[in-house]
Amino acid sequence: MAEKKPRNRVGIEADRVTDVSSTDFPGYYPGEDHSWNLEKFQENLKIHIEYISELNAEFDLIGVDASIANAFRRIMISEIPTLAIEYVYIENNTSIIQDEVLAHRLGLIPLKANPDYLRWFKKDDPDFEPTDYDTVVLQLSAKCTANPNAPEGTTDPKLLYNNAHVYARDIVYEPQGRQSEWFPEGIAATNPDILIAKLRPGQEIDLTMHCILGIGQDHAKFSPVATASYRLLPTIDIIGEPITGELAKKFRSCFPKGVISINSKGEAVVKDARKDTVSREVLRHPEFEGRVRLGRQRDHFIYTVESTGAMTPDEIFLKSVQLLKKKCQILRKFNLAA
Amino acid sequence: MASKTAEHEDTHAPEIVDQEMVDEEIPEIDPNKIQILPGASEDGTAASFRILQEDHTLGNALRYVIMKNPEVEFCGYSIPHPSEAAMNLRIQTYGEITAVQALEKGLDDLVDLCDVVESKFRSAIDKGDYETTQPIDN
Repeated sequence: MAEKKPRNRVGIEADRVTDVSSTDFPGYYPGEDHSWNLEKFQENLKIHIEYISELNAEFDLIGVDASIANAFRRIMISEIPTLAIEYVYIENNTSIIQDEVLAHRLGLIPLKANPDYLRWFKKDDPDFEPTDYDTVVLQLSAKCTANPNAPEGTTDPKLLYNNAHVYARDIVYEPQGRQSEWFPEGIAATNPDILIAKLRPGQEIDLTMHCILGIGQDHAKFSPVATASYRLLPTIDIIGEPITGELAKKFRSCFPKGVISINSKGEAVVKDARKDTVSREVLRHPEFEGRVRLGRQRDHFIYTVESTGAMTPDEIFLKSVQLLKKKCQILRKFNLAA
Repeated sequence: MASKTAEHEDTHAPEIVDQEMVDEEIPEIDPNKIQILPGASEDGTAASFRILQEDHTLGNALRYVIMKNPEVEFCGYSIPHPSEAAMNLRIQTYGEITAVQALEKGLDDLVDLCDVVESKFRSAIDKGDYETTQPIDN
């Protein structure tokens, strides 16, 4: 093979994946300096943002090690505090959905509230009294009645009854103390259309909920993300002679749309390797043997962050970085030399 | 959902927290969060640490930056048991620095790394050179 495989490449072959581990450590390559160097890191680190919408984001972190990238991902999923319903005080529940099932369903509703304004509710302290600093109070009451004005012969429960369906939008926020200052926009479910329960005439739900801060490690309901994941950037290298003619068309069809294009000379060229799913279809065809090298760039992480709505996805990532930093600072406070 | 192309600056800039709230929050830290395990070498160049309430998140990241130190001969971490919230970290140096110094340098380097990532991400956001809607074709 003419050109040497770059160091930061993971090799993808038909039956195996090669060069998975990082090699950027002192002593790995003779005569090379791979010691930690902040200036070098700053120079090499690149961040490219593909898109950030209200709930989703895709961005690239280029020039970091997997251990660091994975730390951010793990923190986004399990260590960023958010608000969720934790205690449900049921005054009355005559619906067919049991108290504990109802309470669980309520707990899973993502809430829109800035967690920075709240402090930790100390769950393990039996004498801890909830205050406006740590507890948000929500109310839900719904009573189903028959609709006397229902059209003749209809079977639609929405027309036959009033309040037949209880939705997340029926939850009422009750500001306590200074909370109206901290949450001027109020606190509500991010998705108002979540169905909580169905009722029939005579059935009633009346309950009070206490929301507290928590982390995804304790319960998934506290996770600010639906998913936070990364993948490595795929690479496709056409080696040796260009692939031309009918073979180029076949080559193109081995990849998802938009990955390979055919230039004016009829040669297959890599247009956008990012779109590749790394299906390895090309490696099944003997005619392409030795003509293409699939891989992934080991230090190019494409993050996909899907927020539940409590925070914007970029905010979630920034918090994960700050949290990793805070972990280090906490450990740094200990005097171990003594 | 309304499209917001013009106003992504204020929707995405994380707000500054009420300073009063931040100042009042004093995180309670377990005084035994980090301990040196028995069996460390006399001169302190090789030691194992037990860090409570930490996992692969910090363990692997810290292992990476400590291994970046040319004075460090070996660094590894393990989680001895999945139902114990503790992480063990082993550091052996070539003898010029102690294991504690290597750990402290690792922590400082990781803090610096986080600062760089944060500032780069913020400047990428401020540049605003990105879409504010999710592409439909994916």
